[in-house]
Amino acid sequence: MPSYADGLREGFNYLMENYREVFVIGQGLWSPWYVGSSMTDLDKKFGKARVIDTPVCEAATTGVAIGASLCGYRPIVVHPRMDFMILATDQIVNQAAKWNHMLGGQMSPRVTIRGIVNRGGEQGAQHSQALHSWYAHIPGLRVVMPATPVDARNLLIASTLCDDPVLFIDDRWCYEWEAPFGPIDLTPLSKIEPQVLIEGQDITLVGASYSTKLCYDAAQTVGKMGISAEVIDLRVVNPLKLDRVLKSVSKTGRLLVVDGSWENCGLAGEVIAQICQRMPLEELKCNPQRMTLPSAPAPTSKYLEQQYYPKEKDVVDRVKEMVAGGRKQ
Amino acid sequence: MSLDKDRLDELFDAHRFHDAIEIDSTEPIDRLLEELRMMVRIRKAEEKIGDMVAEGRVKCPCHLAIGQEAIPVGISRYLRSSDRVFGTHRSHGHFLALGAPVETLFAEVLGKATGCSKGMGGSMHLFDQGRGFVGSVPIVSATISLSVGAALAATFDRPTRDNLDLGLCYFGDGATEEGAFHESLNFAANFKLPVLFVCENNLFSSHLHIRERQPADRTSRFAEANKIAVRLVEGNDLVAVARASEQLIGSIRRGEGPAYLEVITYRWRGHVGPREDIDVGLQRKDDLSLWKKRDPVDRLVRGLARVGALSDRAFQMILTEVQREIDEAWMRADQAPYPESSSLLEMVYQEVD
Repeated sequence: MPSYADGLREGFNYLMENYREVFVIGQGLWSPWYVGSSMTDLDKKFGKARVIDTPVCEAATTGVAIGASLCGYRPIVVHPRMDFMILATDQIVNQAAKWNHMLGGQMSPRVTIRGIVNRGGEQGAQHSQALHSWYAHIPGLRVVMPATPVDARNLLIASTLCDDPVLFIDDRWCYEWEAPFGPIDLTPLSKIEPQVLIEGQDITLVGASYSTKLCYDAAQTVGKMGISAEVIDLRVVNPLKLDRVLKSVSKTGRLLVVDGSWENCGLAGEVIAQICQRMPLEELKCNPQRMTLPSAPAPTSKYLEQQYYPKEKDVVDRVKEMVAGGRKQ
Repeated sequence: MSLDKDRLDELFDAHRFHDAIEIDSTEPIDRLLEELRMMVRIRKAEEKIGDMVAEGRVKCPCHLAIGQEAIPVGISRYLRSSDRVFGTHRSHGHFLALGAPVETLFAEVLGKATGCSKGMGGSMHLFDQGRGFVGSVPIVSATISLSVGAALAATFDRPTRDNLDLGLCYFGDGATEEGAFHESLNFAANFKLPVLFVCENNLFSSHLHIRERQPADRTSRFAEANKIAVRLVEGNDLVAVARASEQLIGSIRRGEGPAYLEVITYRWRGHVGPREDIDVGLQRKDDLSLWKKRDPVDRLVRGLARVGALSDRAFQMILTEVQREIDEAWMRADQAPYPESSSLLEMVYQEVD
């Protein structure tokens, strides 16, 4: 069965085979162990002129891609670690995200910026970050976080073919997830909505990227205990479209959002706030909850790392507590 | 390649280059007269904007380049509409020199729907795709890498790398202190991309003189470190700028890689707004009166007069005609409508959700 990493690779292959205007640029692309098996042999298949390995210059590389996107191309910039992508934030936030609006809607950077979350394994504070909430704050920047193998492929394609700048975030903890692929789905990114992965009645679990996988696994575990959890994968976190989540919470009366980043001003809080604004609070059977990282940089020691990242069991325990009537206040 | 090193000290000396510029018989006079008209148009347009800022009728930050008009006019002589030009916060002249209508600039600084950026950008965000002006922004080194990317795209357009379109970025001496500038030079040189880096070294970044910011006053040293072809010229001499541009742009189009044009100049107004005496120290105040004698417009006028190509009456006629054009353009821009309220949200994305 194909994996998430296979999905990414298939997406790249499809794009490069079918769209001459697509090229890929970033560090490590001629030695792609940097990015797991998600880009293996792309340089051999499509040539080093279209799969460009760069000097160590995150800002210029991103700017170069944006510049080329203003001249008819659809580049995909690869940042093998999101932590290093911070150096390109001027280009992402000040340039790509604003170009269309500040120049009167006349030209939009058709660039996809792939930021990879690569953590665990005692990599420490600067090799572990998931910064989607920062970027999702910015109008004009679409932020995509595929969770499933088929979405890894389809959303990479949709992002690259989108006429707006897109930050495409994939988490290497997702790479081993295996699931069957259907045919390629060419739904435009602007029409992509959150999807229900598992239907349920008792509680709504919301995730994005790897946290969707945690919700998915937890839902299956609690299912064996007689709790019916509905799992919703957000897929796109900016612009955030929560109609499907609202519908689900209106049915279940319980909401747990799991987010692989920090709590303050984060994605989980935004989902909860919007849902609370949009539905009668008396329909909630318990207070909405969020599960995020502790408010601390990622530790290095594996002993601390064990405590730092939420695991399936943590989600299961929280679900049981919420359904049993706990955490009311 | 000539680095003009023998004249290096002179270039930065405010007492030098006050004479009429040299015009030899190889320069077509009609073209110079058109370029003079363009320089006057840029100056009068910026003076108008400055006056309107002073009157409170324009609110957005306007960074005037009065005194620097020869640079974009000399360079643009060798540009074509398929080239990709990027500017800065101080880009009125870069924009107009490509032939963009004055009215679209005025409407833009007024935030009107008929502006070059539909009134969404203001003075610092200009755009005219049809004339090759891809955009300008005030994050000073940001467009440098964008122009390198535009140059990369030009090599995809013409894999044979002959008669290439080029990426061009204008930036000031301040931008050379930011990391993105250095990354971009290295990147362009490493991939031998068709980009012209134009440093308008006007000696000041905001209020601070380059000698208070850098250990040397010549920014082209960074290009040399990256093995990029360099020309360093007196920026208030239209012919000198044009000849250096012709040489560098020619080599870029032939696929010989990036080039760096450093033009030494001086802005007459403060960093932002119409005043001459704002955010500048005593040194600048003293120097300004000297630098005004290195006026690119006046030196061109005197050069043309010396070869018998421009009478005082003819120059007065140019001034009158351009001023009328400016005043009429302002009136039309002033009467234009503001953007629709819907554009606030509709222009965030191209794709409709």
